[in-house]
Amino acid sequence: MWQYTLKRLLQGVITVWFIATATFVAMHSVPGDPLSGQRAMTEGIRANLEARYGLDRPVTEQYFIYMGNLLRGDFGISFTQQNRQVNDIIREHFPVSATLGVLAILFAALGGVLWGALTALYRNRLPDTIIMFLVILGISVPSFVFAALGQLGLVSINSLLGTSLLPVAGWGTVSHMILPALVLGMGTMAYLTRLMRSSMLEIINSDYVRTARAKGLPPARIFTRHQLRNAILPVITVLGPAIAAITTGGFVVELVFAIPGLGRYFVQAVQQLDYTVIMGTTVFYGAFLVFMVIVVDLLYGWIDPRVRLQ
Amino acid sequence: MSDSPVALTPEDFSPLLERPDKHGISRPSRSYWQDAWIRLKKNRRAILSLWMIVALVAFALLGPLLWQVDPARQDIDQISQAPGVDRSAIIVAPYSAWDGSLLPGMTASPQLHLAAPPTSQAVRLRWEGVPGANGYRLYRNIFPIDDQLAFGLPIAEFPSAAAGYYEDRLDLRPRSYYYSLVALDQNGVPTTEHQTLEAEVVRVITLEEVRERGLVAAESMPGEGDEVFLALHPLGTDYLGRDMLARLMAGAQVSLFIGFVAPLLYVLLGVVYGSVAGFLGGRVDQVMMRFADFVVALPFLLFMILFQVVFGIGPGESGILPMLVALVVLAWPATARLVRGQVLQIREEAYIGASRLLGARSGYLVWRHMIPNTLGVVLVTLTFAVPSAIFTEAFLSFIGMGVAPPTASWGSMSNEGLATMLTHPHELIFPSLLISVTVLAFNLLGDGLRDALDVRMRSVE
Repeated sequence: MWQYTLKRLLQGVITVWFIATATFVAMHSVPGDPLSGQRAMTEGIRANLEARYGLDRPVTEQYFIYMGNLLRGDFGISFTQQNRQVNDIIREHFPVSATLGVLAILFAALGGVLWGALTALYRNRLPDTIIMFLVILGISVPSFVFAALGQLGLVSINSLLGTSLLPVAGWGTVSHMILPALVLGMGTMAYLTRLMRSSMLEIINSDYVRTARAKGLPPARIFTRHQLRNAILPVITVLGPAIAAITTGGFVVELVFAIPGLGRYFVQAVQQLDYTVIMGTTVFYGAFLVFMVIVVDLLYGWIDPRVRLQ
Repeated sequence: MSDSPVALTPEDFSPLLERPDKHGISRPSRSYWQDAWIRLKKNRRAILSLWMIVALVAFALLGPLLWQVDPARQDIDQISQAPGVDRSAIIVAPYSAWDGSLLPGMTASPQLHLAAPPTSQAVRLRWEGVPGANGYRLYRNIFPIDDQLAFGLPIAEFPSAAAGYYEDRLDLRPRSYYYSLVALDQNGVPTTEHQTLEAEVVRVITLEEVRERGLVAAESMPGEGDEVFLALHPLGTDYLGRDMLARLMAGAQVSLFIGFVAPLLYVLLGVVYGSVAGFLGGRVDQVMMRFADFVVALPFLLFMILFQVVFGIGPGESGILPMLVALVVLAWPATARLVRGQVLQIREEAYIGASRLLGARSGYLVWRHMIPNTLGVVLVTLTFAVPSAIFTEAFLSFIGMGVAPPTASWGSMSNEGLATMLTHPHELIFPSLLISVTVLAFNLLGDGLRDALDVRMRSVE
């Protein structure tokens, strides 16, 4: 177990190194250089700026400096807000994104398991048909459409009721978080529902469920103890990709709902070509996602002892 | 026992009797693909989706031939028009300044009243004043005022208590407006004393504009009061006055191009890569798959964005090509893994051994046995790759990292529509709806194909 964990972590570190290198190579093959897009500047100012960002050194040296800084956890200084550390940006905005993401994942996982189990129990009957149609819809509608339509719907409801049921945009209180989290988790919830349904259908007819029924266990107990617990396992395996989907989905949801999260900041940095912020957040997000996948895999081995981790 | 030699003729080796009944094949023989097609045809949702996709392709390809409007042509006088076919306008005299007098034919009243018929050129209002008022604030709304007296933002404020007049020329549309005049007390605070007037604005156009836009034939001589017809925009216009229908068609071309071409390319790349790795096996396979693992580990959308930044979009470029390249570079490993797995499995099958025994070469084995046997899986992958490519395109365009303006894309149109969502929802709803319907159709078709083609992958129904 420990050996496996160590091996996975080592693999993760190599992957993160690969991501960091790919990011560096990508950003250094951008035509022109980061300073050429700015206003006209004299040679002196240009030289000073290049020295400040270390752009006057050879690329290989820049790479080693960059990697060295990364190892110390230093992502550099923003290009557009020149007194701001990328670390500060991440420290300030990531908790917001993380809160939203955790809420969305919780909502998606709970909803997915619940609806999936329900559709399996009502297989081929009306609730199943209705929910599965909604699921297909949920998989097919992009998160930004959900976000925009959700906002539009909320505005209509608010104006219909004459009071503000929920705030339409912004961040700060729990009521601000509800709609964005719902919208963000919607696609993942639809996906998890589908997965849960097929996994539940396999289990409903399994031998141990029949045995449990035969020895006279109450249906509620069979459902919670035997069916649900076993059917949930495949759902856990896809939580890694689900976290990735919710993280990137957060970019647009934060944009639409004006939430000051790292995703919105990343999109803004991309639009303003703020190179250090783009590199920093890409590596940060990359490392985060790689790490989350490892955590989910380890979790899976811990929850299901049948899975041998090696 | 006589051992006189018997002369054997070729006839001796022909079958004694034709016995067709012995084979026991009572039904016509069907190939795998015929069988799959029959199964697919039974799936009503899949067939409906197939027709939907045909309709979308027709919308993208044939639509622009029937609806020949330039999707990039701007018309600043016709911005954010609501969908509809009402496009008549009455010709009026050019605008001239107004001194607040009551125009002939209009009646004065002590309440807020109109000094001239309300037109999209100007709405002219007059009032006689309210006793005790110390000034007025004028509001314009598109809904009647409720009893909570929420007026919104004022369009004008008047410090004088006397009678007054106001001319509204701000972005007037052919619809009903509710003007409210609220009296202010001596501190300048609004009181509950208010007068509300409903004005039904008529769309008008000046003769000069009619000529400029070429709305009538050059030789005809329309006069004031005549009706002319403006350019038709059945689905309305966007925030720059561009025709929504033409832009949706142009966006369909972009989305479907990315949606079809990118998956075709990367699935092909994945098939070649995966089958080579799987067929060669051993050290080569390991190295190839380790490389694929690295590409898989890259966070997909982050690197799509990074690629878009790196490629940059030069002036006059649409930004479609960089997106295509980035998609192909990042998305192939999933197919490669799948095909490799399939090939590894097929390689051990008895019929491959038999074929090899009969002297088949490697190329023949791959081409004749392995690729056809993975084709079903690949086709299903391809069908699911299309909506995900369309999704990616829309996502990137939505955050401004996809196609460059003025190229239309459903994603960028949704993003532009977001800004005017409350006042002109059609600019958001149409492109969003098209993305959703397209992705839905491909997903349903993919489900149907999977069920029809591959019994092993069949979803539990």
